[in-house]
Amino acid sequence: MPVITYRQALRDTLRAELARDPSVFLMGEEIGVFEGSYKITAGLLDEFGERRVRDTPIAEEGFVGAAVGAAMLGLRPVVEIMTINFSLLALDQIVNHAAKIHGMFGGQCRVPMVIRTPGGGGQQLAATHSQNVELYYAFVPGLKVVAPSTPADARALLLAAIRDDDPVLFLENLALYNVKGEVDESAGPAEIGRAAVVRPGTDITLIGYSRMAAVAVEVAERLAAEDGVDAEVIDLRSLRPLDRRTIVESVRRTNCAVIAEDDWLTYGIGAEIAATLQEGAFDWLDAPVRRVAAAEVPLPYAKPLELAALPSAESLATAVRQTLDAVARRR
Amino acid sequence: MQLLTPEGERVHHPDFDIDITAEQLRGLYRDMVLVRRFDREGNALQRQGQLGIWVPLLGQEAAQIGAGRALTDRDMAFPSYREHGVAWCRGVKPTDLLGIFRGTDHGTWDPYEHRFQLYVIVIGNQVLNATGYAMGQRFEGKVGDQDGEATMVFFGDGATSQGDVHEGCVWAAVYDAPVVFFCQNNQWAISEPTERQSRLPLYQRARGYGFPGIRVDGNDVLATLAVSRWALDQCRTGNGPVLIEAFTYRMDAHTTSDDPTRYRLADELEAWKLKDPIERVRVHLVKQQWADQAFFDEVQAESDELAAGFREFCVNMPDPPPGRIFSEVYADEHPVLAAQRDEFLDYLHGFADASTGAQGGEH
Ligand SMILES: Cc1ncc(C[n+]2csc(CCOP(=O)(O)OP(=O)(O)O)c2C)c(N)n1
Ligand SMILES: [Mg+2]
Repeated sequence: MPVITYRQALRDTLRAELARDPSVFLMGEEIGVFEGSYKITAGLLDEFGERRVRDTPIAEEGFVGAAVGAAMLGLRPVVEIMTINFSLLALDQIVNHAAKIHGMFGGQCRVPMVIRTPGGGGQQLAATHSQNVELYYAFVPGLKVVAPSTPADARALLLAAIRDDDPVLFLENLALYNVKGEVDESAGPAEIGRAAVVRPGTDITLIGYSRMAAVAVEVAERLAAEDGVDAEVIDLRSLRPLDRRTIVESVRRTNCAVIAEDDWLTYGIGAEIAATLQEGAFDWLDAPVRRVAAAEVPLPYAKPLELAALPSAESLATAVRQTLDAVARRR
Repeated sequence: MQLLTPEGERVHHPDFDIDITAEQLRGLYRDMVLVRRFDREGNALQRQGQLGIWVPLLGQEAAQIGAGRALTDRDMAFPSYREHGVAWCRGVKPTDLLGIFRGTDHGTWDPYEHRFQLYVIVIGNQVLNATGYAMGQRFEGKVGDQDGEATMVFFGDGATSQGDVHEGCVWAAVYDAPVVFFCQNNQWAISEPTERQSRLPLYQRARGYGFPGIRVDGNDVLATLAVSRWALDQCRTGNGPVLIEAFTYRMDAHTTSDDPTRYRLADELEAWKLKDPIERVRVHLVKQQWADQAFFDEVQAESDELAAGFREFCVNMPDPPPGRIFSEVYADEHPVLAAQRDEFLDYLHGFADASTGAQGGEH
């Protein structure tokens, strides 16, 4: 199997889908001539032309709204928003239109569109450009939100998102674009709404998505080597629909869990996971479920402060060790 | 609208002329040279790893100095992110801009003292804030005669596509807000040319909103000064708003992270170099015998000194302490956040190296 970057997996998948289905087209700021701020659309304008790869005026609400219209007519727009921060300018189109048209029109009109956008801090892009606001979308019925953490999932979930008949917010991450991994180019689309046990284990369950799923795997390997701990890691992959069963089943076996998320703690994705575990695995828990999240402040700009405010492998490892200590005291 | 041709020839205009003394023109020249000098130093500092990014204003000196020098102490200015020349006119020290580009803070100058707001990077949204501010100036009765106040807001050609800019224009029009919409059309929004944003020359959009729109040669500091003064006077006396399109050129990259050779032709840059905003003033000063070699040498020496101080300050900027993370989230300290801060700092102290780490759960 070829080993490629997350960026390459996205690009190859867009290219393959443009070639496969003439109703697929791309739209966004700087995606054509400039090939995208993060070069995901490199070469696609040259190959597919301006009709399929459209540079738009700088108006996020404008091009997301236009994509909703195009999708209602049966096209399959794949929109790139430079970063998830700018999706806030298109919030009304996403939440009030893309997510609701199908339901409000009694199921007569589908909105098969994808919004690709990277989240993530840690790049010194300052407070307004470094947010993790996927929760805003994961909160909304009618939307699907997927968040791959590996090149293979980037491919499989993007295939699924483009072929899905509902609007899908496809969350990428600035820190993942250069991550490499094996990608099976003959595999089909992933099933949206399925988490993955990416590392089976018996002692504790670590739960993450996007960048923090990758960090959780790294921490699990480190704890295995340093502490002889066998941690299970779950990559949520889909934030809506949420695969509660996989999470609950894992924790019923390991009896404790730590959740890792890049967003803010209060009301964050982890709060929903913790509530799920409280409802589904209460009698199996040997310690309180812990969450590791970002400091609850607008992300600082100075490099050391930014890194300190974000969750890291260190902070996750600390929380895991503390949780295992609490379990040991109880047993 | 032009008052000084690229060849340094003074021309006149029936509506917007300007009386300018030798001393005043020397002042504008000095402003532009100094601003260009520290702008170039910013680029160099980024290349040497001292700044995370620099946003160059090269080529836009006349537009910014012309507009900036038209503002009075009472007026308020709302910049986007490239307005180092306007900042200079508002008395913001060039070194005060460095934190934003070195990544130590988001901007520290006092917006009330300088009447110059924070840099904004989310495209277009300062236009709404400026409109609201100007509405306030009007509601508080600060508009009406020559002593009145006005607001000037800066944005680019690309920004004109944003709904925020449109809404700002609509509001300003229906509330007669004393705001000058100052659009620097530098021909590019990163890689997208102005044709990607508009079919019509941008200044003509004002007609649809029902207020005057003027295109000025943005590489002509005299013309920009004259038009900006007129527009601010209109606003001050209750006849705002006004749209100014300063027709100029971004001579450098979008930012130091960008490589413009990927999307635009060298010929275009060469053509604009002939319209350089500083050179035409220099030629005119010489022709008029308004400045001698000693003056030019003096400005040169002053600019080198400014750049050296800029560099010196930059390389010695300390990183802010970890406690700063929590210090400005709310106007006043809140006990919940204070507890989070204390726990966070305790946690950091648990590490030998206090510069890494993060937030644990359990609150
Ligand atoms: C809402 C939003 N969308 C996209 C961007 C990314 N972006 C940064 S600068 C820029 C181009 C702006 O062009 P223009 O308004 O002409 O100003 P200039 O940079 O030329 O001064 C874009 C698209 C952003 N910062 N904010
Ligand atoms: Mg521009």
